[in-house]
Amino acid sequence: MHEWALADGVVSTALKVAENEKLKKITKIKVKIGELQQIDLDIFRHALEDVIRPQEGMLRDTQIEIGTEAAILRCRNCRREWRFADAMSRLDEDEAESIHFIPEIAHVYIRCPSCRSPDFEVIKGRGVWIDSIEGE
Amino acid sequence: MDPRLDVINKRIKDVKKLVAVSGGKGGIGKSSVASLLALILSKSGKRVGLLDLDFCGPSTHVILGIRNVYPKEERGICPPTAHGLKFMSIIFYAGDNPSPLRGIDLSNAIIELLAITRWGRLDFLIIDMPPGIGDATLDTIRFLERVEFIIVTTPSKVALETVKKVLQMQKELAVSTIGVIENMKTTDSSHVAEQVKAFDIPFLGSIHFDKDFENVLGDVDKLSKTQFAGDIKKIITNTPAFATEGV
Repeated sequence: MHEWALADGVVSTALKVAENEKLKKITKIKVKIGELQQIDLDIFRHALEDVIRPQEGMLRDTQIEIGTEAAILRCRNCRREWRFADAMSRLDEDEAESIHFIPEIAHVYIRCPSCRSPDFEVIKGRGVWIDSIEGE
Repeated sequence: MDPRLDVINKRIKDVKKLVAVSGGKGGIGKSSVASLLALILSKSGKRVGLLDLDFCGPSTHVILGIRNVYPKEERGICPPTAHGLKFMSIIFYAGDNPSPLRGIDLSNAIIELLAITRWGRLDFLIIDMPPGIGDATLDTIRFLERVEFIIVTTPSKVALETVKKVLQMQKELAVSTIGVIENMKTTDSSHVAEQVKAFDIPFLGSIHFDKDFENVLGDVDKLSKTQFAGDIKKIITNTPAFATEGV
């Protein structure tokens, strides 16, 4: 996931919710990001500031809480579980960057450390989602 | 709430027409039709993008000989231009490696690619679909609200039977279908056209079996001079969805 795309998405979703709920102001947005998304939080915060700027009224002084969840992978073949962070540390720069843009590309470059199968599932730490939006 | 979904329609808001090229089976020429449609529309002066959504068997880059171009990162991803087309494919991220993706992974990969790609202003975005009515097709219908389908078949009874299933599903989902193209035609039979008309779907035309097509894959100048390209040009001319008006 790209930080700017995510920032765009968070603001668009928040504005849509505000319109549906007839809110005058959004006071807090809670965003949860799975580690698989490989989001650079500093770039994401910078992108959010930039995307929010034109929406000053609705999103002025909105508190944005960003939580992260570590990613755990599990092999469908031999059931071995392992940490995504460990797998990432063994990839080269291009492979890691490809996963940053499209996280599912992990299935192209990562293999089960026990049986080498590419058929694994992400049991924790995938996706991005808005936990809650508060407003008045 | 998944914030990625809201950004997808923003990414395609300046694309006038989204055309998904689909079909019931593999090997019937969907990717060739999608590639040549995109190429010929672009050569006629339209602003065209080509998106290869066949993640398990991407091939439009092979057909059009697209190499040594890469997306640029600028508040998202800007697709590179090749032969006048804006082009996006999973090959930029997976390289020549296989992409063993199950359903949920496939859906997530499609969402990510649609959410990050900034197409800008286009008259047409041609989408090369994987075969069948699986996740990619259902996701395309779900995420790209304005998408219209072109269905490719061959004269083979086997291909035609699966096309009937695709058409039936699209009718049930109220998906807009531009029409059906018959590829690899070898006789004068009008069987496919008649079968398609029974579904109340336009029959757009036939592409004759072109034995030289395989030999010129990857060379857009030679591809443009094939009978295949000539038949695609006729289909474009005779299909209102590709008329200059409205785009």
